[in-house]
Amino acid sequence: MDFELDDEQTALRDAVRRLLASTYASIDGRRASTAKAPGWDEGMWGRLAEMGVLGLPFAEADGGMGAGPVEVALVAEQLGRVLAPEPFAEAVVLAGGLVAAAGSAAQKEQLLPGVVDGTTVAAFAHFEPGAAAVAPPRSVTAMQDGDGWLLDGVKEPVLHGAQAGLLVVSARVDAGGTDRTGLFVVATDAAGLDRVDYPTYDGTRAARVTFASTPATPLGAAGSDASDVLALVTAHAQVALCHEAVGAMATALDLTTEYLRTRKQFGVPLKTFQALTFRAADMYVSLELARSMALWATLVLADGDPDAAVVAATRAVVQTSAAGRHIGQEAIQLHGGIGMTAEYAVGHYTTRLTAIDQLLGGRTAHLRVLADHVGEYDVVDPLAV
Amino acid sequence: MRLRLSEADAAFREEMRAFFTTQVPERIRSVVAERRELSKDDIVETQRILNAAGLAVPAWPAEWGGRGWTSLQKHIWHEEMQLANVPAPLAFNTSMVGPVIATFGSQEQKERFLPATANIDIWWSQGFSEPDAGSDLASLRTAAVRDGDHYVVNGQKTWTTLGQYGDWIFTLVRTDPDAPKKQMGISFLLIDMTSPGLTVRPIKLIDGGQEVNEVFFEDVRVPVGNLVGEENKGWTYAKFLLGNERVGVAPVGSTKSVLARAKQLAKDRLDDPFVAARFAELETELLALELTALRVVANSADGKPHPASSVLKLRGTQLQQAVTELLVDLAGPGGVASGADDGSAVPQWARVATPRYLNYRKASIYGGSNEVQRQIIAGTILGL
Repeated sequence: MDFELDDEQTALRDAVRRLLASTYASIDGRRASTAKAPGWDEGMWGRLAEMGVLGLPFAEADGGMGAGPVEVALVAEQLGRVLAPEPFAEAVVLAGGLVAAAGSAAQKEQLLPGVVDGTTVAAFAHFEPGAAAVAPPRSVTAMQDGDGWLLDGVKEPVLHGAQAGLLVVSARVDAGGTDRTGLFVVATDAAGLDRVDYPTYDGTRAARVTFASTPATPLGAAGSDASDVLALVTAHAQVALCHEAVGAMATALDLTTEYLRTRKQFGVPLKTFQALTFRAADMYVSLELARSMALWATLVLADGDPDAAVVAATRAVVQTSAAGRHIGQEAIQLHGGIGMTAEYAVGHYTTRLTAIDQLLGGRTAHLRVLADHVGEYDVVDPLAV
Repeated sequence: MRLRLSEADAAFREEMRAFFTTQVPERIRSVVAERRELSKDDIVETQRILNAAGLAVPAWPAEWGGRGWTSLQKHIWHEEMQLANVPAPLAFNTSMVGPVIATFGSQEQKERFLPATANIDIWWSQGFSEPDAGSDLASLRTAAVRDGDHYVVNGQKTWTTLGQYGDWIFTLVRTDPDAPKKQMGISFLLIDMTSPGLTVRPIKLIDGGQEVNEVFFEDVRVPVGNLVGEENKGWTYAKFLLGNERVGVAPVGSTKSVLARAKQLAKDRLDDPFVAARFAELETELLALELTALRVVANSADGKPHPASSVLKLRGTQLQQAVTELLVDLAGPGGVASGADDGSAVPQWARVATPRYLNYRKASIYGGSNEVQRQIIAGTILGL
């Protein structure tokens, strides 16, 4: 049991931190990057690719860096600390991760180099209107059509769905009366594909993606059920997002304590009031508990048992979701009115934490998954996964 | 970063688990499992078994029975002991006065007290808090005035847990009422509880039990040889002691054990999604706490406490209390039958649920109240 980074990991973290600081030293950086297309800084994306960051989760045989969940986690945390809008967790860990995990050798060879070198930004179209985050695809269906497949239905919201150069899509496949989950690749110029772009409340972009008899290529072997691989790659993306949230929470707390030290009311700094400092202390407790859980989930992912990985990610989401809400809400409250303004940084942290929470699926949904299995074991033993 | 224990630590864990589950009588462990009250004999018998095996005072200096274990090994020892429902070694002896004597005491004091302390041949009580000195401990007033080879002690201590069993009491007393700061006039004094002028009076608590006491000192004569370290340096020793105490108060293993038992008892109710969700929630919160404890352990090798350690007491006691609260809810109206005998139709666990719940309200008060912990986090970590 060891939570320390090795020298190479520390060097990677520091390099990413320095690179991000060049653009995101203040909230103005995020504001500038999200104000123009595609919604992140393409120069930064290119530099992250040059540094090897976009190839971290992929095997060297696939053109990646052959690193693992630990490296992914520390990058995600750095992105979260400065609210960098570059879609690392969504495009690389999730969409790219699905290609790497489910794609055939030929597909990986064709698609992954662009993900790794930053020239192709992938998106995963999975959420469906009205569906829970933790649910198999329902309304988007895939039908076999001769040698190919056709997709029908609507995916929404699809993060950076209109900006993506590669769409990975989950769909329900009718397999003789029973439903299977299929994963497909759709070309961005495919017939019957419609993408309507819009901004999200946290400054990023999402799209409504409509498929009308849209040709699609199965990712990997046609006809196989992708539920397990989807669950595992989703777990990897969730844990990365948890780390992004931990980074954001840490900064939200830093901003809050700095404000309590410097802001004066009634002629004294706010930190004079114990009612406020105690609440900051509780924020710290939430942060450290969430950090512990995210770190552990990362180590479980690295350990390799897919079932354990999915459960660990679920626990990390439960913890992160609660911590993100707590810290996000208190950060605004302890700032007072200034925390509500788009001008000041802290509100953006709350906004992004809220978005991460929703993308993770939220505490209640994940608690429900855990509750279904609570009778199957005596105690949770983190050392005997 | 690595998830798994090293082979050596995994073997150590197995060794501890095997010892605790086979060498400590089931009769005693079931008292803990069923959350009944341990007798003095249960505690003494267990500690002597542990002491004979070198498992009572592993954190002490090697010369006095310590094992030179790593922080992780000490953590594993503690967790496995709790998971096996083994009564922990008496904290007053092993994690409070013992380390103080071993660190600051004279050679004569070490020889006289440490072996007896490790084996509970002496049962120690704690004489720190006073009616007017709770969280503000340094404002204590119990006075020790030098008279030849003796100190004459007058005053009152309170909240002395299990003081009814105490042979000796370690106290903080004021030896210099004129010191420029109140922390500077305090000494650490060991007092034989059979001394004339010393009386113990029980305090009845809301759960019906009598686990704490008041201790009165009226012209109690204490040989100067019972002063630990230097006169007026007692506050330093007390801070050292309280630092040790805080590390021991993240009761992860015992809370896990109670929660696991509750789940067994509630097995036929887990199909109620609300009940199942409460278990899932508490297990997840406890896991986060345990992992934080492991982070602290992994990083405290250089002797400096990890900043997150202050989280342990605060969150640990909150979860300990939350689990007692869950049992109250599971017991329902049957929980009112706390005074019924074993002929009761209400099961034993439900009858003890509410007294235990009431009893554990203490957890967020003792060992530095949770408000004091927040103060530490805000001041020391957040710079507020």
